[in-house]
Amino acid sequence: MSGEISRDEVAHVASLARLRLDDNELDTFTEQLCVVLETAAELNSLDLSDVPPMAQPYPLSNVMRPDVIVLSLDRDEVLAQAPDTEDGRFRVPPALGEAP
Amino acid sequence: MSSAHELAASIRSGDQSASAVVEASFGAIKERDDEIHAFLHLTKQRAQAQAKAVDETVANGGDPGPLAGVPVAIKDNMCTRGEPTTCSSKILDGWRPPYDATVIGRLEAAGAVIVGKTNLDEFAMGSSTENSAFGPTRNPHDTTRVPGGSSGGSAAAVAADFVPLSLGSDTGGSIRQPAALCGVVGVKPSYGAVSRYGLIAFASSLDQIGPFAQNVTDAALCFDVISGHDPMDATSIPTPPIPTLPTLNDGVKGMRIGLIDELMGEGIDNDVIARTNQAAEALTAAGATVERVSIPATIYGLAAYYLIAPAEASSNLARFDGVRYGQRVEGQNVAAMNVATRSAGFGDEVKRRIMLGTYALSSGYYDAYYGKAQRVRTLIANEFATAYEGFDLLLSPTSPSTAFEIGAKSDPMALYMCDVCTIPSNLAGHPAMSVPFGVGDDGLPVGVQILAPMLEEARMFKAAKALEEAAKGMS
Repeated sequence: MSGEISRDEVAHVASLARLRLDDNELDTFTEQLCVVLETAAELNSLDLSDVPPMAQPYPLSNVMRPDVIVLSLDRDEVLAQAPDTEDGRFRVPPALGEAP
Repeated sequence: MSSAHELAASIRSGDQSASAVVEASFGAIKERDDEIHAFLHLTKQRAQAQAKAVDETVANGGDPGPLAGVPVAIKDNMCTRGEPTTCSSKILDGWRPPYDATVIGRLEAAGAVIVGKTNLDEFAMGSSTENSAFGPTRNPHDTTRVPGGSSGGSAAAVAADFVPLSLGSDTGGSIRQPAALCGVVGVKPSYGAVSRYGLIAFASSLDQIGPFAQNVTDAALCFDVISGHDPMDATSIPTPPIPTLPTLNDGVKGMRIGLIDELMGEGIDNDVIARTNQAAEALTAAGATVERVSIPATIYGLAAYYLIAPAEASSNLARFDGVRYGQRVEGQNVAAMNVATRSAGFGDEVKRRIMLGTYALSSGYYDAYYGKAQRVRTLIANEFATAYEGFDLLLSPTSPSTAFEIGAKSDPMALYMCDVCTIPSNLAGHPAMSVPFGVGDDGLPVGVQILAPMLEEARMFKAAKALEEAAKGMS
């Protein structure tokens, strides 16, 4: 890893993250992300080939609950907080069409 | 305002009414919160109803619980049903969650009165509470200074004596660092000790909820109320929690405590190092053995954290897409709506971390960044495990400096450095807490950090209590 990220890469990453940046923001973020990634490059000095990765500190796995029907959140109360709804569902603009 | 345990005792015995205590809390907030800005929203009706219920229970000869009538403030990234919950972000402005976080239910079941929601760095990303869409919080000890962050509102609310207790969340130090800067006690419990159901996720393998208090006893009382298994949180530890109050006054006689070498030198202010050394002497005087210990991997904690936390945040914050809750900015199709909503709704620091995380997880970089950081995490956990073969607890400063001036750290990396002492415990999942211990050269509070092995909160609190006693004798 080079510890650096180009302006074009920042623009690409922003589009992956569904964010739009103007030219000034692109410049600022590119500079700031480079500094953080340079710090991250410190890790290159470590030989970690024999060290396994750790995803979380307390490895519980396959956590199950009893298969019992319980009340869930009230649908009307949940939908009341949504930006737009129709017929008891979340409503969004057309999903097909030109990409942003 | 009295301490939480004294207030609860007087309310349970009928000497004071919960309704009067909650009004006194609102009175203190009204008097000074224009200046401090600890609160984003007060939950007055809910508080008054709960206080009335507590008073009725007492009048009927019942016991409302160990936190009877105690006013508590909640960081605004924990869901409160029907009350605003913003994460200090424009994207959630106006949202009222349809459910309560588990910790809210536990506090109220113990008699506590939720008085309001406190300011934070947007989505808990920051170390100063300057990065809130609703303006900064100020340090009650010096209002030109930051309270620390990200739980700065909750720390300031306790430091300003608006409430005796509050809750924060700690992903890389967001409870302990503001506790240090505001001169209060702040606890990050073991990963999995306190349910996170209803805590709006930042970095799920690191986030923990914990208390702020004016003293160690109150912090222990609150921890004992909120800890324990919750089936609604799949990361909640199923074994029964170990209470901390019964052994709180057992002292530190015979304990072996390690002072972490790597956190006592470069990058840490001299006055903070001096107070930490004094804390070590105080623990020695109280009967513990304190020796220096080297944990070399701690110096890589910061770099690993600023890959892991943004990576998880980029995934967690994908849910803010303008579909199910919060603000929406319209677009011609759903993708355009997502982009418009997120670009307008998130602040710069949140965007920065989402992009950093998206990059660290992207194809071709995953192994070099996220994968490597996860291996460093193992390294740190292993070194802690080795250290705990020779020591019962570890000791370090909480924050590299006392509270800095608002606006002093505009460069993101300078702010990230604030978390250097606190991050290792989050990466390992271990409990750690900050205890006020004297003041720095500028007269502002210094916090000392006590670190403990997994699920050894009771041991940690014993040492915290001993330090608190020693600090009383200092001034």
